[in-house]
Amino acid sequence: MRNIFLFIGRYFNFLFFLVMQIIALSFLVRYNKFHQAIFMNAASEITGRLNARYNGIAYYFQLKPTNDLLVKENEQLHQLLKQNGGFTDSSKKMIIDTALIDSAKKIQKYYFMSAKVVGITTNFQTNFITLHRGSAQGVKPNMGVVSAQGIAGTIVNVSRNFSVAMSLLHLQYKVVVKLKNSGERGTVEWDGKSPLYVTLKDIPKSAKINKGDSVVTSETSSLFPSDFMVGTVSEIIDDKSSNFYTIKLKTATNFFNVEYVYIIANNQYDEQKNLEDSTHKKFQ
Amino acid sequence: MSELLKNIIRFALFILVQVFVLYKIPPLHRFITPYLYFLFILWLPFNLPRFWLTFIGFIFGLTLDYFTYTPGLHAAACTLIAYVRPFVVNRMISQEGLEKNYASPSIVSMGWAPYAIYVFVLTLLHHSYLVFLEWMSFGTFWFFLGKVTATTAVSLLLILVTELLFFRKEKFRTNTA
Repeated sequence: MRNIFLFIGRYFNFLFFLVMQIIALSFLVRYNKFHQAIFMNAASEITGRLNARYNGIAYYFQLKPTNDLLVKENEQLHQLLKQNGGFTDSSKKMIIDTALIDSAKKIQKYYFMSAKVVGITTNFQTNFITLHRGSAQGVKPNMGVVSAQGIAGTIVNVSRNFSVAMSLLHLQYKVVVKLKNSGERGTVEWDGKSPLYVTLKDIPKSAKINKGDSVVTSETSSLFPSDFMVGTVSEIIDDKSSNFYTIKLKTATNFFNVEYVYIIANNQYDEQKNLEDSTHKKFQ
Repeated sequence: MSELLKNIIRFALFILVQVFVLYKIPPLHRFITPYLYFLFILWLPFNLPRFWLTFIGFIFGLTLDYFTYTPGLHAAACTLIAYVRPFVVNRMISQEGLEKNYASPSIVSMGWAPYAIYVFVLTLLHHSYLVFLEWMSFGTFWFFLGKVTATTAVSLLLILVTELLFFRKEKFRTNTA
């Protein structure tokens, strides 16, 4: 017993160093597994506040591009308005069923919440976006995040007033997408090389594809509504040994100047997820 | 200003500069991440017990981790260099008792060449371990080699600039004073 104490006394510094290393590494491993550590909650409140302070200054220099983006987005939304549709065929009449208006609320699948970006990184291999909207304002993990130009990420961690989204520019991020023209589905990932480009995989070679084609979110991704911009094709790599193309996409979202995003809540996400999980269990 | 207060201010400043200045630089290449924050550990006083040195390294790294959402990554690397630091210092100081005459490692207290080697060794160690941990979760061996080399070069440049801009005058202390 005495020898043990002597041993600890002699190598105390080394043992303490080992303990610290093990604590640090266990944080790292656990976080990578679950994308969430409990102790991060309190900390992200503090770092979020600091980020918000910084952003209060940096935002000022971004006012002009942000304004341009919002105007462009408004213009797009105006194009979608019902009044703009011209009904040349007089036999068709638009009837607004007032009874449906209220109940339509119940079947609306996706809700949008605006959120201010207070922290964003682009120069790591694992990038995150901090948003000034948290559980108190109805944000939960597994909600999609889109900017005015296209998709940006997915919420992974939430504190009271802040939330953290895994950016599209994260090595572990994956999203199901489709070609806008022909509808073939594939997966988008990031290879970590340039924050301007992501990689689209699993598009069969039977698909017709050209440079500049749009790639949008697919209906099968339960995080995003369909037809949200993801990016445009900038390079098609034709691998002779494979039946699939590997395509380089230019991201629609400009991660360098994004100031506002929308968090998308899918009302039926839990239901769909539960059904799919229970099906998996049944046929395992 | 007392040594403690000076180091507390340095702690906050190094974290803030790293997070809000260096991390905001648009990425040049995937291999280059400008790191300067660990200079705080290299500047800590000589007379700090090794236990506290290791512990401060851990806390300092963890603070940065909270900003980058990588809990444990920088903490592990900082703990390592804080633990190894006394060994390197003992190798590098030219004469016996030097660490009693000066407060902390600097160009003045250690001399140009020993200080440069001291900084180089610990920078390389820090980046190797940091990128090694990253490499464990993704990347290839070339990613590891390339990133360690490029990041170390950028860090050394930043440290050189910092040392020239904020030249630390070290007072020579004797027993008689």
